[in-house]
Amino acid sequence: MASTLSTFKSLRLNRVGRDFGRLNALKELDFSIERGEFVALLGPSGCGKSTALNCIAGLLSTTRGSIWLDETRIDTMGPEERGFGMVFQNYALFPHMSVRDNIGFGLKMRGVPKADAAKRIDQAIATVRLEAQAEKLPGQLSGGQQQRVAIARAIVIEPPVVLMDEPLSNLDAKLRLEMRQEIRRIHAGLGSITLYVTHDQDEAMSLADRIVVLRDGEVRQIGTPEDLYLRPARLDVADFMGFRNRIPGRVVARSGDHIILDVAGTEFAGTLRSSLTGDSAIAVVRPDDMSVGETGLAATVEACEYRGRHFFGSAKAPGGIELFFRAPAAYRPGTPVKLAADPSRVLVYEGATP
Amino acid sequence: MSDTPSEHVPLRLRLAAKGIDGVTLLVLPLVVALILLFVYPFLYGLWLSFRPKDGSLLGNYAKFFSDPFLYETVGKTLWLAIPVTVINLVVAIPVALRVRLMRRQRVLTTILVLPITLGTVLVAEGMLNYFGPQGWFNRVLLTALGPQGWFNGPLMDVFGPHGWFDQTLMMGPLMTAPLISGPLKLVHNYTGVLLSLVITGFPFTFLLVLSYLTGIDPALEKAAATLGAGPGSRFRHIIMPLLLPGLAVTFCLGFVQAYSVFPSAVLLGAPSGPTRVISIAAYEAAFEQYDYSLASAIAMIMGVTLLLVVIAVLGARTLVYRGPAGGGKG
Ligand SMILES: Nc1ncnc2c1ncn2[C@@H]1O[C@H](COP(=O)(O)OP(=O)(O)OP(=O)(O)O)[C@@H](O)[C@H]1O
Ligand SMILES: [Mg+2]
Repeated sequence: MASTLSTFKSLRLNRVGRDFGRLNALKELDFSIERGEFVALLGPSGCGKSTALNCIAGLLSTTRGSIWLDETRIDTMGPEERGFGMVFQNYALFPHMSVRDNIGFGLKMRGVPKADAAKRIDQAIATVRLEAQAEKLPGQLSGGQQQRVAIARAIVIEPPVVLMDEPLSNLDAKLRLEMRQEIRRIHAGLGSITLYVTHDQDEAMSLADRIVVLRDGEVRQIGTPEDLYLRPARLDVADFMGFRNRIPGRVVARSGDHIILDVAGTEFAGTLRSSLTGDSAIAVVRPDDMSVGETGLAATVEACEYRGRHFFGSAKAPGGIELFFRAPAAYRPGTPVKLAADPSRVLVYEGATP
Repeated sequence: MSDTPSEHVPLRLRLAAKGIDGVTLLVLPLVVALILLFVYPFLYGLWLSFRPKDGSLLGNYAKFFSDPFLYETVGKTLWLAIPVTVINLVVAIPVALRVRLMRRQRVLTTILVLPITLGTVLVAEGMLNYFGPQGWFNRVLLTALGPQGWFNGPLMDVFGPHGWFDQTLMMGPLMTAPLISGPLKLVHNYTGVLLSLVITGFPFTFLLVLSYLTGIDPALEKAAATLGAGPGSRFRHIIMPLLLPGLAVTFCLGFVQAYSVFPSAVLLGAPSGPTRVISIAAYEAAFEQYDYSLASAIAMIMGVTLLLVVIAVLGARTLVYRGPAGGGKG
């Protein structure tokens, strides 16, 4: 069994669904991950990321569908048979065991000889930089330290599939960047599949080969980080990928992808990203691509905050539209501005009437 | 004042730092009640136990430990209380492990609490009716397996002399007599008291074990499972170590209850024989011989043995992990 699990080529989810009573927490999850791939599962809170991970690990039974490792159906196996490494969202460290014993638990269960196990544990402890904490109990560690124990415990068994549920959520910015690198390195070293849950798009884009965007228990888009950053397939994906400006308008002209909207009397050009039946549409723009100019949407500055190299402003346009933009200087609230964006950076989707 | 703030901490804050504040006053009535209801009778009994009828200081204790009729009660009580507590724990753990995962836990726990509210005497009477020589249990058993029972004939045909088993295997009959020849003796002996203590003590043990068990974060077992631990290993390495401190407390509470058994030892046992427990000896001294001094001494001995067992168990508890049984954040 162990041999087929460790020499597999791909993990495949075949229309996997999971209900909690009448709630459809997961609907028809259908994708596959090749060996060696790092996939991020990205989505807002409550969209079913942890549920999906638990189903794959075998901690929750699926209501519909099947999960395959090559030609072996695994959704009928117990979690201990699958042997996937899992980093739990709430760590789930064994409170009565030292850091060292926590990390060594999986090796002990696999009957790895003591000397070999000790070496691997030391290595894992060094990877997550917990040398000084090795003999402590989890209760004596900070949140971030506990989180790193959880990571070490999951990877030390060198599992064929590593499942991580927001493993860096409790670390400071610097350590988070370091651990990201470390996780990438561990992934490359194991040559396995890593499925990484996060709701931080930066983290997903910097780590993953592919990103699966989940929303309301449904896959909304699967693609490379670049795909998702530049070409979100749907309005809700764009919304989640940082297109904070949401500008409803009426279509006045269109040639191919190029489209011009009328927004409260001003013309606003963009690129069409979906089919269009009616004449109402929604344009979305990242705050970074929205800048102050001579022409553009007229708005009144409401607030301006310091962001280091530049300022980040919010303004209100007539019709109650909220706009976020990159400001070269600190504008006072009440200042009238004109906001414009490069049409290639403005994505237009079919939408409800403004 | 502002440059040496540490010297000007108000008394109230200093007391609060030591854990004494307004709320502490609420404990006072309890302390008074404890002194009146517990400490005073205890000290009085202790004093009384050293004033035996014969006038010597240790006369009562000497008498207790020289008279087998008296000192054997300690062993007899332990011989009841320890097995009962262990049986209750050993049965409660697997049941609680299962019940923990059930949805209709409330209904079940309510049903289980009932025996506690019934009281020992009612349970004893019920048992006399049910398990007695003419009771239902024995009648059903005899009707089924007794010499004239329904199943005796078929069983004899198969396993008895010249039965099918005997004739095919030629190794002699497995049964030469009916499985049961008369009513089983289940009351008015050691078994009766043991059974009644199990029946009345089990719900209590079970509920405690269940609550300790539900205090263990289910995520820990899941984590152990992903790390390759099967159900047996999970129980041994995760559940058991986290449950042990709770089991020690449960053992102590169950033991204390069983050790002071009185009604069922009299009603269901053999109060002058194998179930002559220590509380019976104390009762006889006080209310049959009117020797309150000896009764007090017996009560003191009872208290000391109890205390020794409890201290031993709780002492062993300090050897294991006793922290929270959660797995992470919070
Ligand atoms: N045991 C359960 N019983 C009922 N509903 C549940 C259960 N577990 C999860 N849910 C529901 O399923 C949905 C998905 O939950 P899930 O934990 O997978 O979210 P998530 O994407 O991991 O969110 P977060 O980012 O906040 O961790 C939620 O609406 C949640 O309320
Ligand atoms: Mg989650």
